[in-house]
Amino acid sequence: MLKIKNLHAKVGDNEILNGLNLEVKPGELHAIMGPNGSGKSTLAAVLAGREAYEVTDGMVELDGTDLLDLEASDRAREGVFLAFQYPIEIPGVSNLNFMKAAVNAKRAHQGQPPIKAKDFLAKVKECSSLVELDGKLRDRSVNEGFSGGEKKRNEIFQMAILEPKLCVLDETDSGLDIDALRVVSKGVNAMRSKDRAFIVITHYQRLLDHIIPDFVHVLSNGRIVKSGGKELALELEDKGYDWIKEEQNA
Amino acid sequence: MKGTEEENLLSEVTEKNYEYGFTTEIESDTIAPGLDESVIRTISKKKNEPDWLLEWRLEAFAAWTKMEEPEWAHVAYEKPDLQSISFYSAPKQKKELASLDEVDPELLKTMDKLGISVEEQKKLSGVAVDFVMDSVSVATSFKETLGELGVIFCSLGEAIQEHPELVRKYIGTVVPQRDNYYAALNSAVFTDGSFCYIPKGVRCPMELSTYFRINQAGTGQFERTLIVADEGSYVSYLEGCTAPQRDENQLHAAVVEIISHDEAEVKYSTVQNWYPGDKDGKGGVFNFVTKRGICHRSAKISWTQVETGSAVTWKYPSCILKGDDSIGEFFSVAVTNNKQQADTGTKMIHLGRRTRSTIISKGISSGESQNSYRGLVQIHPGAENARNFSVCDSLLMTDRCGAHTFPYIEAKTPTAQIEHEATTSKIGEDQIFYCQQRGIEEEEAIGLIVKGYAKDVLNKLPMEFAVEAQKLLTISLEGSVG
Repeated sequence: MLKIKNLHAKVGDNEILNGLNLEVKPGELHAIMGPNGSGKSTLAAVLAGREAYEVTDGMVELDGTDLLDLEASDRAREGVFLAFQYPIEIPGVSNLNFMKAAVNAKRAHQGQPPIKAKDFLAKVKECSSLVELDGKLRDRSVNEGFSGGEKKRNEIFQMAILEPKLCVLDETDSGLDIDALRVVSKGVNAMRSKDRAFIVITHYQRLLDHIIPDFVHVLSNGRIVKSGGKELALELEDKGYDWIKEEQNA
Repeated sequence: MKGTEEENLLSEVTEKNYEYGFTTEIESDTIAPGLDESVIRTISKKKNEPDWLLEWRLEAFAAWTKMEEPEWAHVAYEKPDLQSISFYSAPKQKKELASLDEVDPELLKTMDKLGISVEEQKKLSGVAVDFVMDSVSVATSFKETLGELGVIFCSLGEAIQEHPELVRKYIGTVVPQRDNYYAALNSAVFTDGSFCYIPKGVRCPMELSTYFRINQAGTGQFERTLIVADEGSYVSYLEGCTAPQRDENQLHAAVVEIISHDEAEVKYSTVQNWYPGDKDGKGGVFNFVTKRGICHRSAKISWTQVETGSAVTWKYPSCILKGDDSIGEFFSVAVTNNKQQADTGTKMIHLGRRTRSTIISKGISSGESQNSYRGLVQIHPGAENARNFSVCDSLLMTDRCGAHTFPYIEAKTPTAQIEHEATTSKIGEDQIFYCQQRGIEEEEAIGLIVKGYAKDVLNKLPMEFAVEAQKLLTISLEGSVG
């Protein structure tokens, strides 16, 4: 589904990604771990098409489409979803109107008519129960006055509504207490399917106790330096990242 | 908002031009440009006015000739050459109109283009419309229904003929002839406008609506609106404005006066979309308007305005809170783009005890425009326990535009409570990216964010207007982030 080859990217004069390679197949869940500053969030931003990040080399393909050629909104319509590490507040815009605009943008892209109110509300009901998002939060302005945990649940809610092909979760576990972590994980797990792929970026093993990855990759200095199964995460939890750096230098 | 409306909105967004920029081919009866006493006599005579009104106009003219055009507003423009303007332009009509069927079909077409087909409005929305093109009122619907309740809603010209005692009693009582330069000019040369009287205890069952349109080239529009709500009555009044695209500047200098008697309530909503000029600042309407209302005991006046048009706007809908326990409100969204300049706000004059006022102003500046809020909250010595709450927010879309806030507060009683909040923010790239990441294109994202920002004000508008206002907001901000 997703092919990343020799990806180089920079912000300003800082080279952050240095030849990153990754292939993700439908149904797979890849965890990306690594120390601070290794380029994890940059990878998420580059995939989503954030303007401040300049791709200097390499390619990214989603089902054969050159992703780097598309505007951020077109990438989203093609099925790329980014769950933000710090979800953005949009005062005065209700969560539901926001989602309806997003759903209809995607439908228009696919040549479909706008969603019927009844169908939309049914979808909203289904998805909000998935992450235990109550009615009040749905009707409030996008993320305005939400707690950290509510914001993250709202991200997963939006992800469920939009039914993306590729879900990129950028440190979705940061700032979550145990209960919220469980709720968010439950939502993610419910969405796993043979047609959908996930890239889960995290610092900590604890998220991966709830969301079991198929692959774990370690990112260091802007490239993947070690890959393995879910055991790799446990090893990292145990030993930290230094041993990988030493391995690299050896 | 319904999905289909959003669709429509989206398709309209792609139309890049000022969509009301057409002219109507109607033969006009226009007098020669220029202004002197004889012009005023001609206007008064053409309108078959009583002597007292001619005298009143001439007094205004005499005062005006001694006045200077004000320069304190935060706007810069080439002053209009008043001697090159025609002060009277009426669509030619052969006879009195008995029904809509007799209205010039071209004129009806104009109304259709504006999306305010009188016929349709009659049937669907129960809005009575008075349509003022250039300076003369052409059609008022629903007169009979309103007549049964004793509501008078007609052109000011007609009111002068039919109800001279009411006009004479109230005209100039809230905005005196010599109030300011443009109000004085209006008093001297106004050609028509709307008049509305709601009798005691009557709750006007429909929204009353006037559409103003400047059509003829080289004319100014000087309409005058007079609204009188008698004791315990209620009326909601809508005003919409458009003008065709023209290279030269057109002058619009209106006066609106509202009298809200004891326990009466008047809601006055405006969607102003005069032609703003092109992106280089060529052409556009100079909108120099004086709007003021007076509240007697326990009365209320709410001004709600969505200002997206005009090259230069200079407008401060105000409330004189004379009676005890009276309430004044001002809710405003002012959008400026390209080279537009707006200096707008309100004055709340608290005279009575326990008077309350609320001001919510949302400025949105884009392109190289300048957008100023100017407000005065004045609490006089007798206004014990008066309260004011003001919020003035500014949203900047580019690095080249300007937002300015000039709040003046004068409190002369120790028991007054005044709260003022102001914020200025730049539209967030984070917010736009967040929307884009959900599949919403940049233009639409900006529309969403801006509507969200202005929601507190848009919510105050009557339904039909709210939809139009949202469209206008989106259209007037096209391609505006940078």
